[in-house]
Amino acid sequence: MIENFGIVLGEWRLLATGLFNTVWICALSGVLSLILAVFVSLLLVSSRHGVRRVAQGAVDVMRAIPFLMLLFIVYYCLPAVNVRLSSWTCGLSALVVYNTAYFAEILRGAWAHLPREQTETGHAYGYAGLRLYHRIILPQIFIASGPVLGNQMITLVKNSAFLMVITIPDLTFMANQVQAIYFVPFETMLIAVGLYWVVCSTIEGTVRRLDRIAAVRGHE
Amino acid sequence: MVWTSLLTELAKGTLTTITVSMAGLAVGMLSGLLLALVRAGAVPVASQAIAVYVSITRATPMVTLALLIFFGLPALGLALSPLVAAILIISINTSVFQAEIWRASLLDFPRGQLDAARASGMTRVRTFQRIVFPQVWRASLPALVNEMTLVIKGSPAIAVIGVVDLTRVAVRWTTQTYQPIPPFLTATVIYVAVVMCLIWVQRYTERRIVEKYGIL
Repeated sequence: MIENFGIVLGEWRLLATGLFNTVWICALSGVLSLILAVFVSLLLVSSRHGVRRVAQGAVDVMRAIPFLMLLFIVYYCLPAVNVRLSSWTCGLSALVVYNTAYFAEILRGAWAHLPREQTETGHAYGYAGLRLYHRIILPQIFIASGPVLGNQMITLVKNSAFLMVITIPDLTFMANQVQAIYFVPFETMLIAVGLYWVVCSTIEGTVRRLDRIAAVRGHE
Repeated sequence: MVWTSLLTELAKGTLTTITVSMAGLAVGMLSGLLLALVRAGAVPVASQAIAVYVSITRATPMVTLALLIFFGLPALGLALSPLVAAILIISINTSVFQAEIWRASLLDFPRGQLDAARASGMTRVRTFQRIVFPQVWRASLPALVNEMTLVIKGSPAIAVIGVVDLTRVAVRWTTQTYQPIPPFLTATVIYVAVVMCLIWVQRYTERRIVEKYGIL
């Protein structure tokens, strides 16, 4: 058992590459989907009934299907309609689209709980439209939804492991390689699990720290 | 003709997805409750060990867990069929989330009722059976149904170890016919339908509990 761990640690370069790929693809898709979610959340509260219905329907379908399903749809179905993407682009866009739906729903929920007075005071001070959203509403719903967004980030990291099935060399893929070379599956996967734990705990810790800053600034 | 055989295949896959998920959920519910009870009971060492175990398992992706169980356990001398491994994977994953659900409602449980049960001479086991469980169960039910939808959404991880669930049926159909759109769109519709059903069940049970007992 101990020497098996030694074998796996001897291949730390492969695992480090996998960890690095997992971290950057998650960070990039996290940032991209948060930006997109800001715009999608605007559609979700649109005053036009039709726009709102279509946007909510799309978000609900995304939130009802497994991530692997979406990944396969992007990977297998797009080439059938003559859209050819590399597996990296496939993986990244599937992660971004899937998480945008969750993030947008989280932002919409936070917005719904924002006291009306905030918007009204903003109006009274001459804020309207995008400027009102950008300066008054958005900062508050970001702070209010911080912990939930953090949890969704953790889900994103866990979903990213599915990328191995379309041969993206993420942490799980690399761990699977190492275990296949030396046939030490238990030890290798255990180390991979430990690394995922470190990543997720870091996200959790960051969210907690941000929450404390928000509390100091007078948000609960 | 092609459509009939596609639908039959997908129906079989759906059945596998649902059966394995529900079996995993049932096992996970019991072990989750057990984990929560030991943790809430503040048993020295065991409580801390469970806290660490829950934290690690909650951070583990379903696929990684699937590979750990399916390849790792046989290497330790414990051979598993894919189906048994699949149920084990889902129950390990869901048990830690269910443990947190049970724990939350156990922590919320009013102390006064426990004291009252003690005063009436009930043993701890009986108190749990008659007083605690019926109420905690009600409080946890909506979150448990929500966990079901999460399990359904995580279940394609078992396709990776070779179980022919709904996702794998769609993939297999694609590689055999080179026509990805019919199987994947149909499978998507099935997943959405299953999850929507569960959401409906959740709202229905919540409403029934409120009607029957006044509060959740």
